[in-house]
Amino acid sequence: MKPKNPVSVYGWGSYVPPYRLTVAEISRVWGRDPVQYEEELNVKEKAVAGPDEDSATMAVEAGRNALSRAGVNPKDIGALYVGTESPPYAVKPTATTVAEALGVGPFSLAADLEFACKAGTEGLQATIALVSSGMIKYGMAIGSDTAQGGPGDHLEYTAASGATAIIVGPGSKDAAATLEGSVSFVSDTPDFWRRYAARYPSHGEGFTGEPAYFKHVEGATRALMEELGLKPSDFDYVVFHQPNGRYPLTAARDLGISPSALKVGLLSPMIGNTYAAASITGFSAVLDVAKPGQRVLVTSFGSGAGSDSFSFVIEDGIEARRDKARKVMDYVSKRVEIDYALYLKFRGGIRLGGGAK
Amino acid sequence: MTVPRYWRNIGAHYRLEGIRCKSCGEVSFPPRSSCPKCHSKDVEVVQLPRKGKVVSFSLLRSPPNGFEAYVPYYVVVVELENGVRVLGTLTDVFGEVKEGMEVEAVFRKISEDGEEGLIHYGTKFRPIA
Repeated sequence: MKPKNPVSVYGWGSYVPPYRLTVAEISRVWGRDPVQYEEELNVKEKAVAGPDEDSATMAVEAGRNALSRAGVNPKDIGALYVGTESPPYAVKPTATTVAEALGVGPFSLAADLEFACKAGTEGLQATIALVSSGMIKYGMAIGSDTAQGGPGDHLEYTAASGATAIIVGPGSKDAAATLEGSVSFVSDTPDFWRRYAARYPSHGEGFTGEPAYFKHVEGATRALMEELGLKPSDFDYVVFHQPNGRYPLTAARDLGISPSALKVGLLSPMIGNTYAAASITGFSAVLDVAKPGQRVLVTSFGSGAGSDSFSFVIEDGIEARRDKARKVMDYVSKRVEIDYALYLKFRGGIRLGGGAK
Repeated sequence: MTVPRYWRNIGAHYRLEGIRCKSCGEVSFPPRSSCPKCHSKDVEVVQLPRKGKVVSFSLLRSPPNGFEAYVPYYVVVVELENGVRVLGTLTDVFGEVKEGMEVEAVFRKISEDGEEGLIHYGTKFRPIA
């Protein structure tokens, strides 16, 4: 898909909470071999939201960072999407809370999007279309999640917290990057789900890899390269959805992409899988360092299942925007290790009550 | 906190908005319909600075209802960069809390009205490390 009128990225911003739970600590609690798990997943630890954080609060900090870089009046954000599989309410939009906190609205389209780990890039596709059509001047797409895996389940080792916001507007050399084109690729795939009343997600064993992640990530990426007439070596940076630290490397190998192109945007070994934020936080880390003229490929993946794939070329305007907010690595490197007991306290795993009345 | 009271304070709590008196120039928090200094009703809503310093603090271990999950936490008076003083709480504290410590405003969950009621969001202060 190519926009009718060019669309550029004006602002980007992320947030990763400082708390870290190591794979070794989770292994200790459930009696697993920590070395084997670390190696299998290529993940050392995951970022955990604090007790007063949720997908709305993290989205606000990411959004604030993106607004600082974009330098646009929040009132000019004509659409704001929050993609999340962990909304604070079952019914009541996260996007209106986030918009209100950022000073966006009231004349703004606002909605929550849900598509497991792909919800952040869906918002990006939608805002690109709204900007390109001329219906809005600027749009903000956010992916934010406080992901949870069932206790002892292997998803618990990687399900992490984080958020990223991307602001797009009309194509310009003064922006940070300009979109070349995008592809969306979906099919009904039963790899991962959570029913309404279920506290934790379930997954179809054996469906996670080949028929889900690899089929969609590689299918979307191949189609994008074909549509744009590009080859793997044309991309200076490549970001894939990162449910663990291994899958992106395998997808890159299958597609003939050099593992070195993945390096800057591969964050899951250090912070785990931030779900709807994962691929765009990798993109955000790339924008923190990329030079004008470089080309970036971003492909998300969401269970159920689907991928959005984008190609961006970095513009001259990136340099003036970069230092106007905290960078992804500022958040990644600020780490405070917590144990499993504090993790339970932070994430509602302890039933509170009793005591003096 | 009742639902109407929460809703009425969204500007102050979410965005740290105060008022500026058009008559005497006094800037204050929380927003009111008249200036606390000269009592003029000619006031406008303004965005307060998001950075400041801790003026006074107290560590709280016995919380009111709805705040149990955050214990222990610091209740603080923060003097913002423009001199306006705000009562609040600290979050993400990893070192010693001191008077004069630099902090920044962040958007966080303040309390929850049980499992079915509203989630109350607002501003807390985070040490700038």
